[in-house]
Amino acid sequence: MTRPKVATDETSGDSAIAFAAVHKWYGDFHALRNINLTVGRGERIVICGPSGSGKSTLIRCVNRLEEHQRGSIVVDGVELTNDVKRIDMVRREVGMVFQSFNLFPHLTILENCTLAPIWVRKMPKRDAEDLAMTLLTRVKIPEQASKFPGQLSGGQQQRVAIARALCMNPKIMLFDEPTSALDPEMVKEVLDTMTSLARDGMTMIVVTHEMGFARQVADRVVFIDNGEIVEINAPGPFFDNPQHERTKLFLSQILH
Amino acid sequence: MSEALAFVREASEPEDPPPTFSSGAAAWAKANLFSSVGSSLTTLASLVLVLLALPPMIAWATTDAVWSAPDGALCRQHQDGACWAFIFAKLDYLRFGSYPISERWRVNTVEAIGACLIVWLLSPGAPRRGWAALMFFSAYPIMAFVLLHGSAALGLPIVDTLLWGGILVSFVTAVVGIVFSLPLGVLLALGRRSKMPVVRLASVMFIEFVRGVPFITILFMANTMLPLFVPESWTPDRLLRPLVGIALFSAAYMAEEVRGGLQLLGRGQYEGAMALGLNYPLMMGLVVLPQALTMVIPGIVNNFVGLFMDTTLVSIVGATDFLEAMNNAFKDPAWSGPTIMATGYVFAGMFYFVVDYGMTRYSAFVERKLAKGRRR
Repeated sequence: MTRPKVATDETSGDSAIAFAAVHKWYGDFHALRNINLTVGRGERIVICGPSGSGKSTLIRCVNRLEEHQRGSIVVDGVELTNDVKRIDMVRREVGMVFQSFNLFPHLTILENCTLAPIWVRKMPKRDAEDLAMTLLTRVKIPEQASKFPGQLSGGQQQRVAIARALCMNPKIMLFDEPTSALDPEMVKEVLDTMTSLARDGMTMIVVTHEMGFARQVADRVVFIDNGEIVEINAPGPFFDNPQHERTKLFLSQILH
Repeated sequence: MSEALAFVREASEPEDPPPTFSSGAAAWAKANLFSSVGSSLTTLASLVLVLLALPPMIAWATTDAVWSAPDGALCRQHQDGACWAFIFAKLDYLRFGSYPISERWRVNTVEAIGACLIVWLLSPGAPRRGWAALMFFSAYPIMAFVLLHGSAALGLPIVDTLLWGGILVSFVTAVVGIVFSLPLGVLLALGRRSKMPVVRLASVMFIEFVRGVPFITILFMANTMLPLFVPESWTPDRLLRPLVGIALFSAAYMAEEVRGGLQLLGRGQYEGAMALGLNYPLMMGLVVLPQALTMVIPGIVNNFVGLFMDTTLVSIVGATDFLEAMNNAFKDPAWSGPTIMATGYVFAGMFYFVVDYGMTRYSAFVERKLAKGRRR
């Protein structure tokens, strides 16, 4: 599989996501400062940084769960504005996996997966169920389809969440610390699922502290601190030869 | 030395039976009735009280009661028992009020269909309960109105609402209250959490105003002010006015219950729905409200119970509900007597108790079922 090499400053219409001079404030707090980042199609980006550094905020801006106040974000050729139609258009093409799974507890696993395809994509129920079963098989839990989320383990729930997002056939997948809420023995099953997804060429932005995953899967690693991008590099040089003092400090704290 | 510290279990500890008196009826009685000297004395005292009070009450209602009589004469002779004959004689009036006798089949039909729909709607596991809900909240009210009020086109003589009365009016008031207050309450609750300032302000003002005044005030306002708000040519029906009042009143309380449910739901559910591309109506209808409403079922049923009690107040603006019909029935000179009123009010009390207790039992059943099924 070929990995497309995309330069940081590329802003062509062919990019999957393009941040240009993005700023965000929470009240007086300057959460994102002058973010410039272009993600190519098929590219895998891992974002890391200390807690509170703005990495979750950054990927939540991609599907407008958070609004930015200055600059522009273009996702799959659509610029995000207050226009609800554009937001819906982007959200249909961007899947998201959350730290706390956010499965719908009143629906079965299968219903969780078919809800959006049926109501948003207007897919016939049969087709949606077939699709859901295919993807549940892919994340290796087809036998849980008729259970409720509360009956599954954390790792299983997170894999369902991945399958649910994939049912919308998204062009881009966002992962917001997908393994942080999991018991240690369940982290691997989720990371394996994500690795296999990456191998198939999905455009992914992953916020994670799993540096092994970053090294193995990422095309580029983005280090954010204090709301600004400090360093972007391929995983090899990023981990072996970090350039910035703050990156070095951060890596020395999380790698033992 | 290391041998002294290491330990490896080679056989499991045996499993012993629980100590006696830890389960069964005797254990229950010991734990709940005779756990201490004080509680034993209380238990015995309560038992004596029940044994003293209960037999006379049962005798009053059964063996000493007059079960059938052509008029009140027999009841006046047997003053130590209830006069159920009075209830039987007045049952039709208590059910229908002054609704014309030849048209009463229409009331029976509406009540029968309503009962079927409610059973369908409330039975867990019944097929297509969504349809039942849809029909109960849309087609049924229209059909009931046409059938009860009459329609020249269908050849059903018009029955003026002034003639409606008794249990019919109590049920109509309760069902109209329930059918309109729940959707209205949901809208108000959503409005109160809306990001649009005008919508939010209007919802808050309505809810706080209605919750801030007594129900009787609302009824009087609906009765005297509603005609002022509509064109002069269309004078609102005398029964419609308290119905509007009760629906609006109940909606405000319903809104607060629903808002409580909405607040229990974490942000994650909204974000999960939004991230999947669900727009606001889909997110609310498919993800948020189904969860929020089931969480506040006890509160909603509590409101319904209160609403059913409040239906007795519509009599103060001229509608003849069940209790008012009972009061009217007392005025029949043929049935005057010292036991008539007590009998009538005991019967009325039982009627309200049965309906309301049924509602609370059902809500408790649903709660247990949800607690068992979902979330682990």
